[in-house]
Amino acid sequence: MSQEAKPAPVMASEAWEDPLTASLSTAFPDAGLSFARFRGQEFVIVPAAQVPALAEYLREREGFCYFTDLTVVDYPNDALRFETVIHLYALDKARRIRLKSRIADTAEFPSLSGIYAAANWLEREAFDMFGVRFAGHPNLKRILLPEDWQGHPLRKEKSILAMDNEWVRRHLEIESGQ
Amino acid sequence: MTSHLEGQELTLNMGPQHPSTHGVLRLVLKLEGERVKSVECVIGYLHRGVEKIGENRTYAQFAPYVDRMDYVSAVSNGLGYCLAVEHLIAVEAPARAQCVRIIFAELNRIASHLLWLGTHALDIGAMTALFYTMREREDVLKIFENYCGARLTTHAFRIGGLQYDLYEGFEAETRSFCESFKKRLDEYEKLLTKNPIWLERLKGVGVLSAEDCLAYGVSGPMIRASGVAWDLRKSNPYSGYGQYDFEVPTATSGDSYDRYLVRIEEMRQSIRIIEQGLERIPAGPILAKVPKVLKPAAGEVYISVEAPKGELGYYIVSDGSLHPYRVRVRPPSFINLATLEKIAVGALVADVVAIIGTIDIVLGEVDR
Repeated sequence: MSQEAKPAPVMASEAWEDPLTASLSTAFPDAGLSFARFRGQEFVIVPAAQVPALAEYLREREGFCYFTDLTVVDYPNDALRFETVIHLYALDKARRIRLKSRIADTAEFPSLSGIYAAANWLEREAFDMFGVRFAGHPNLKRILLPEDWQGHPLRKEKSILAMDNEWVRRHLEIESGQ
Repeated sequence: MTSHLEGQELTLNMGPQHPSTHGVLRLVLKLEGERVKSVECVIGYLHRGVEKIGENRTYAQFAPYVDRMDYVSAVSNGLGYCLAVEHLIAVEAPARAQCVRIIFAELNRIASHLLWLGTHALDIGAMTALFYTMREREDVLKIFENYCGARLTTHAFRIGGLQYDLYEGFEAETRSFCESFKKRLDEYEKLLTKNPIWLERLKGVGVLSAEDCLAYGVSGPMIRASGVAWDLRKSNPYSGYGQYDFEVPTATSGDSYDRYLVRIEEMRQSIRIIEQGLERIPAGPILAKVPKVLKPAAGEVYISVEAPKGELGYYIVSDGSLHPYRVRVRPPSFINLATLEKIAVGALVADVVAIIGTIDIVLGEVDR
């Protein structure tokens, strides 16, 4: 069941404007932020370099003190192939916001582990699964897979049946994990 | 002999087969005497690539897989996944299904907390509690079994509602469980809450401040034990939790003992929710109109539920095809476990066991 490379889907979304977007546009006038929502869930599309400043602003000024999740989505046919998706939460407003930013295969994403301790393990997982590198991470190494594993399984070109079979042969002495 | 070792650092490998690590968690402890200087968690022994499997299955086919992450609270896993897909396709489960879902989710919370309580007490050296908690957990698992044939990996719900309606005798069985369980909970408390050994082993051990909880993204009973009254069932109600009357138990000191107290009280609140649910199960359909072949429009949603361990989230990206383009699981156990590398520093080796216990991890979910 290998996944053939397809053009990136066009995601449905609608415009999102409220006091929060106004506040962010004023604080980051030249950052190239764009705001949208889908099914009532709001997200900001932001250039990767701006993410730490934006996250810090959201935490200090808007109460988004809770780092829920960080993950990556792979669009192999795009020049900026990896989309990093961060979920933040404001406890006092019970509100969620999603930050999405794209980087190229070879680029590095600024680490947020200095701002949110939660980012430490989540960035390691993203590195493990996608090979995305996080600049400034104190201990960027694999977390779920063995250290001598080859490849990054959640990249789209990786077929579910063609993971590191060599590793499996070497360590488990069976033909493959399938 | 001891004078030789004074001031020397000792590396101790704990797990992955150590019984008190609740599965296959491996810890590399750096010790100075009996004190822990640093901890490194080595995880991934149970990694099955759940998120990759999700990209290779249809939306409905993936639903049974999520049960196998936190396998002691499969109902919550399934509930979160069904809610996420339902949000993606803009379908809401019928009122009857929502009510039944809540009853099962709360029964599962009790089962999960009971397994935690029994095994944790066993780690500490109180063997009796395990036999009691297993007995009550059995009652819950019997209800699951009568409902859907499975005890642990229940796959109890379907996208859009339920597959099975309630069986005859469900209400009576659940009611009698609730009645007897209230007394049982008091018995557990008699065994443990004021037990001097229990207090000695848990009080002031593994203290986590509210600030650290927020920084590490800790959720569930752990953050509530540190004084943050945050529960997704209250703050962002789903599946109709907004209509139920219950409290969010909290504690103040954030140590292992408070985490124990919070979980005990949560079980009482779960009973309250179940009893309210039983009073009001509405008549009507159990499954909304959902297409047999599910092809959600391209888009993305993040939906999370208050699982027994904390915030369990699903981030699903659809490209308009039969398979999810990306399924991300936000695992509460994984994120809560990260705090161990901080709170176990300075503790005794024996305390590390108590701390792992009260973080309440399930390695199936940590490793996915």
